[in-house]
Amino acid sequence: MTMTEKPFLQIQGVHKTFRRGGSETEVLHDISLDIAEGEFVSIIGHSGCGKSTLLNLVAGLTRVTTGAVLLENREVNDPGPERAVVFQNHSLLPWLTVYENVHIAVSKVFGRTKSRAERHDWTLHNLELVQMAHAKDKRPAEISGGMKQRVGIARALAMEPKVLLMDEPFGALDALTRAHLQDSVMQIHARLGNTAIMITHDVDEAVLLSDRIVMMTNGPSARIGEVLDVNLPRPRKRLELAADARYIQAREAVLKFLYERHRFVEAA
Amino acid sequence: MNAMPARPVLIDAASDAAPPDKSAAPSKAMKPKTSGMKVLPLKMPSSMYAARISSALGNTAVTVIPPLVVVAVMLLVWQLATDRPGAALPSPLKIWAEAGDLIVSPFFVYGPQDIGLGWRVLTSLERVAYGFGLAAVFGIALGAMIGQSVWAMRGLDPIFQVLRTVPPLAWLPISLAAFQDSGPSAVFVIFITAVWPVIINTAVGIRNIPQDYRNVAEVLRLNPFEYFWRIMIPSAAPYIFTGLRIGIGLSWLAIVAAEMLTGGVGIGFFIWDAWNSSRLSDIVVALIYIGVVGFVLDRLVALIGRIATRGTANA
Repeated sequence: MTMTEKPFLQIQGVHKTFRRGGSETEVLHDISLDIAEGEFVSIIGHSGCGKSTLLNLVAGLTRVTTGAVLLENREVNDPGPERAVVFQNHSLLPWLTVYENVHIAVSKVFGRTKSRAERHDWTLHNLELVQMAHAKDKRPAEISGGMKQRVGIARALAMEPKVLLMDEPFGALDALTRAHLQDSVMQIHARLGNTAIMITHDVDEAVLLSDRIVMMTNGPSARIGEVLDVNLPRPRKRLELAADARYIQAREAVLKFLYERHRFVEAA
Repeated sequence: MNAMPARPVLIDAASDAAPPDKSAAPSKAMKPKTSGMKVLPLKMPSSMYAARISSALGNTAVTVIPPLVVVAVMLLVWQLATDRPGAALPSPLKIWAEAGDLIVSPFFVYGPQDIGLGWRVLTSLERVAYGFGLAAVFGIALGAMIGQSVWAMRGLDPIFQVLRTVPPLAWLPISLAAFQDSGPSAVFVIFITAVWPVIINTAVGIRNIPQDYRNVAEVLRLNPFEYFWRIMIPSAAPYIFTGLRIGIGLSWLAIVAAEMLTGGVGIGFFIWDAWNSSRLSDIVVALIYIGVVGFVLDRLVALIGRIATRGTANA
């Protein structure tokens, strides 16, 4: 990155305070982070550290108290499809079929730029990307949790977002399904080169998927404690990595941060 | 953080029939079974057919026989209680003798005021259709507005809670004074009776739209119109239909009362007319008509609701 080139996504000195009744709680304290285009960044921390709040700030679903979030030098003030979100609990609309859930996003984002046939093809293409085209006429209630999350990812990808935001996308899934979906996300990231931010509390997931891991201290007033570069070559294979010294090192670094230096203190 | 403001007291109308109708679930579960059976009828031995038919008959019998028995017993008791000279109320056999034609042929026309009860019911239903239709449209629109605004809710809810307890007939004099005509008055009375549960339930349904769906709508940048049709209405549909179902029941209650006073050819006026000419048997028959039609209306709205909210109930 040259000096003149500004980073793709900038989080600059962000503070976030929630006000309830008369009392104020500072959730995030002076968060600054630059993310390059195509980078995959994980944000990890104990529950309640405000990592979801940070993601919502980037998504525009929550407004910053002070500081700014800049995407390609434009300030983020409201939500929009160029910062698509994969929600923790999939958030599919239960009255629409799998196809319609993706298609509503496609027709909203490409309503003017693509023809009807192109929108149809693009919807199917994205469902195929997450291997869900076979269930396109099913309703969310009729498919498994992992499948729902796949459709949620397809919906987000179909918006062709500049940044893909994932809020603990695999948190609610069992270990095997989770591994499967992690592989899918890695493949898609390799293929499309999206910029992605993922919230997680799973150390292995963070190391496996990320270029950088942002570790947050415990809230309230959570800060960025440490940022770890994960210099593992891609494509990454989870089986080969299990014995890889660099992988083990990275994993250890995150574990030490989480469980030695910033151990989660149960609120009394 | 995502705790919603405490629900106001208004909800009792909604909790009567309670939100999402789970009764759709079992029927859904049955479907694959029956369609699976259809695929292999050729190989099915005839004994299995017999078994299926007899089990189908058995199922029907289980639901049909108990009410039939109860009705038979009631008719018997009624007959025994009133089958004596000078009884105040007519016995079933006497009703059959005096008003059997009303039961057998609902659609006769002998003269302007001498028509079958079927025609009278249809006239009443027409009024209900206007009044309830208006109530549904206004109720959903108003409920949607109120559900979105905390201040509208705070301001209007107490007023609604007071107005909704006013009995339908109490509106009639004001309505007659305002419209100067019995037709629109009756429609207005139905409207004003049915509109409250629709408003209140819709508002509650809108308020209960999960934050997730709101977030999705925001990320997609849905405009207010799209948000209304694609998120609000489907998401609140189970509540809306609960309101509509209560509303149609109230409409049917109100029409009979309103027609008694406004006259015309409706079923309500028929009862009043029969009372004035001491035709008690006719009244009993009319009551049965009203009951059956009310039951059918309720089931109809419930059925439409079940079809319309397919998929939303088990999110």
